[in-house]
Amino acid sequence: MASRQFATFEVAGQLFGVEVHTVQEVLSYNEYTPVPLAPAAVGGLFNLRGQVIAAVDLRVQLGLVRQALKGPVMNVILRGDGEPVSLLVDKIGEVVDLEDETFEPPPDTLSGPTRELVVGTFKLDGRLMLALDVNQAVDTYRATT
Amino acid sequence: MEDLGEIVGEFLMESHENLDQIDRDLVSLEQEPNSRDLISRIFRAIHTIKGTSGFLAFSRLEKLAHGGESLLSRLRDGVQPVTPETITVLLVTIDGVRALLSSIEEKGTEDEVDIDSILVKVNAQMNAPTAAAPAAAPAAAPAAAEAAPAPEGEAPVQLDETPKRVAPEPVAEQRQPLGQILVEAGAAQPVDVSSALQQQIEGDERKLGTILLEEGKTQPAAVSEALQAQTPKRSIADSAIRVDVDLLDTLLNMVGELVLARNQLVRGVMEIGDATLVRSAQRLGMITSELQAGIMKTRMQPIEHIWSKLPRVVRDLSNSLGKQVELVMQGKDTELDRSLLEAVKDPLTHLVRNAVDHGIEDPERRTASGKGPVGTLTLRAYHEGGHVAVEVADDGAGLDVDRIAQKAVEKGLLRPEQVPNMDKRDIMAMVFQPGFSTAAKVTNVSGRGVGMDVVKTNIENIGGAVSVDSTPGEGTVWRLTIPLTLAIIQALTVDCGDQRYVVPQVAVLELVFIDGNTTKVEYASGAPVYRLRGKLLPLVRLDRALGFEVGGDQGVYIMVLQADGRRFGLVVDRVLNTEEVVVKALNTRLKDIGLYAGATILGDGKVGLILDVSSLARRSHLAVDSERENVVANSRAAAGGGTERLLVTAVGERRVAIPLDTVTRLEEFPRDRLEHAGSREVVQYRGQILPLVRLSHLLGAYGEEIEGDTVSVVVYSEGGKSVALVVDRIVDIAENSTTARRDAEEDGLVGTAVIQQRVTELLDVRRAILAADPNFYNDTMDDMLVEA
Repeated sequence: MASRQFATFEVAGQLFGVEVHTVQEVLSYNEYTPVPLAPAAVGGLFNLRGQVIAAVDLRVQLGLVRQALKGPVMNVILRGDGEPVSLLVDKIGEVVDLEDETFEPPPDTLSGPTRELVVGTFKLDGRLMLALDVNQAVDTYRATT
Repeated sequence: MEDLGEIVGEFLMESHENLDQIDRDLVSLEQEPNSRDLISRIFRAIHTIKGTSGFLAFSRLEKLAHGGESLLSRLRDGVQPVTPETITVLLVTIDGVRALLSSIEEKGTEDEVDIDSILVKVNAQMNAPTAAAPAAAPAAAPAAAEAAPAPEGEAPVQLDETPKRVAPEPVAEQRQPLGQILVEAGAAQPVDVSSALQQQIEGDERKLGTILLEEGKTQPAAVSEALQAQTPKRSIADSAIRVDVDLLDTLLNMVGELVLARNQLVRGVMEIGDATLVRSAQRLGMITSELQAGIMKTRMQPIEHIWSKLPRVVRDLSNSLGKQVELVMQGKDTELDRSLLEAVKDPLTHLVRNAVDHGIEDPERRTASGKGPVGTLTLRAYHEGGHVAVEVADDGAGLDVDRIAQKAVEKGLLRPEQVPNMDKRDIMAMVFQPGFSTAAKVTNVSGRGVGMDVVKTNIENIGGAVSVDSTPGEGTVWRLTIPLTLAIIQALTVDCGDQRYVVPQVAVLELVFIDGNTTKVEYASGAPVYRLRGKLLPLVRLDRALGFEVGGDQGVYIMVLQADGRRFGLVVDRVLNTEEVVVKALNTRLKDIGLYAGATILGDGKVGLILDVSSLARRSHLAVDSERENVVANSRAAAGGGTERLLVTAVGERRVAIPLDTVTRLEEFPRDRLEHAGSREVVQYRGQILPLVRLSHLLGAYGEEIEGDTVSVVVYSEGGKSVALVVDRIVDIAENSTTARRDAEEDGLVGTAVIQQRVTELLDVRRAILAADPNFYNDTMDDMLVEA
């Protein structure tokens, strides 16, 4: 039975996951440079070992209010297409091995911005993990209304 | 390359470098055939290659180098003169050597490269003037042992009197006598030096400097300086080492990791609060930053690196085309990051070839059009507005705008009706479209319509831009604007609100502190200006431009900036300091904002945004304004006052004039910014809702709407309210001094007149404004009262 590894994290109490191979690293950072006039989902820029990384606020992408960015915030840094992009999340979870049979398409009742970001649902013990569409999640020009 | 020894690898690298230098020197030698320095240098370089290849048992390579060396020795000894043909043969020889080297590098063998045909040419060249001696057919290379320098006389090339003589070292590398240095520096008299030398000859064992000093003939400082000068300077070869680029990249990454670790350490130490620890941590921080900056700098190389091959390219191409081209290079030292240099190389070469092939005319045509027979191709590199600009300029015939337009229409890239409205430069830019070529015939160099679009794509891939400008009969300038990515620039850091921004220093002319008393910001109908030495400087508030809360006008700084030939003042809260910053590419997601030229890591490890000065000017509507100011100034200068000035616009087929004194500003809005409110079109403008009225509708000139991406509008403001009149195009500013004038019969016009030999309608501005905003004049009085 085929299985995939997911890196999991929490935003607003919901567990999300992305496939492990899309993740470059995970780290906490606490100084972000805001980018005036940028799309609302751009939380800011930070310095990752001399490289300038844009942090996308996953809360905004999910239609919630943006993170305050005071004090350390967890970043899930995705490899991206040639340039790494970070997702700002609330809390980092474990890396989980998931069998394909625990996968289901997103429930029909799921609507709003979240629906566009999610490719499916994995049934974990006791809770559900939503698998994110990585490209959609970092697309800051997506309309979030 | 795995089975090649380290020595061979080094030999290959060194030889490639030598060959590039030989190429350049040969091309220069053609210009100054009598330069013995050049000949000696080329000779030495080839000799080195020959020697090492013999040692490494690359017999073919040795044979070929030997052939070239023999020919050179004849040139050096003056047995035969330097002619373009000799140079060509020598260049071919160099190419042969290069091919051998590549073959050795790739396949580890030199057997597959044909050198015989080259040797025949070399021989023919050597024998040409004297018509002597047979051209020996090359025998198969002897065994490796025999290929050592000793049996070289048996090598197929005949005549071999001097091949192993190493050219004498130039005098400059030998020590100059101390006395001579002192005399040249004017620190001692020749007489004193000779008498001191005489004393030495007579048995005085003191040193020359000591004698002179003790007799008071010179100063101690002068002697020590002369001694300094006497010690041979470290040559470039001694002061530089080769480093693998991969190693540099690894170092760069590791330093990056170090910076991160440093930051964490510093934070931890701060929490503990131990003063000694804090000091050590800060020191560590500084060292780390310097280390990082140092590593970044190692990646910078002068653009000369990629220019060095171009003289050869130009020479070969112009010779084969029968053209005469002089290549001028300016700004060789301009530095770019290695990776950018690589990316720019091919596009640049293409532009140069193109300029020689199509830009510069042949000597006859040049002479016919009154220019010298020799065309000039100028390469120019410089820093501008935080970018590196590289220009390829020729003084040829220039681009034929009409031909390009015609071709673009034929290819369906433009519609015929678009052409008359297009700017000359926009038409020229069509040459960057794929598959576009106006070359009358296809040559092996260009004309196949591949290339310019590739140039554009390549440059855009690294975030740069390409543009072209041309004056018929005078030449064409191709300009590559390469982003700062990774480049190191001088920059000023400024504060705005609680954020820090970076402004490229090249754009900054001066700084002015506004204390609110002796220096202050004034307002010209709402637009902030500053009187800079009597002239009004338009101001842009950075906080407003960035969408922050707008601060006060006191205790702020004005940075006088220049971009795209326009000058304006940027109001910031504080100017901190100037520093060298390493420019990082901005995430592609953020490029569209357009306000930022890049980002950088500031001293504290935080990311700082680098402002794009020209886009700041554009966004703040300065560009359009200053253009208008220029036009106005010109027309003012042109005509002697008294008459009414009119702004002439095109509305469909008609020309409509608007009195200039009712025009507040000219704007262009992107079409997609137009919105609807009720039945009206409006646009958001400087925090206001600006009602629009289309003159074409008002005047009943329903024609085909011009489908541009932007709309041109004339803004009229009074008492804090504005309306915008939409026209198809701004034509000109004209003086209305005509007599032929008729009163209008049509609604919305006050009359018609002949302006610039064309019938032009004069707009009834009041009526047009009321059409846009029926209440425009009603509230004005109230607003003014409130403001007063």
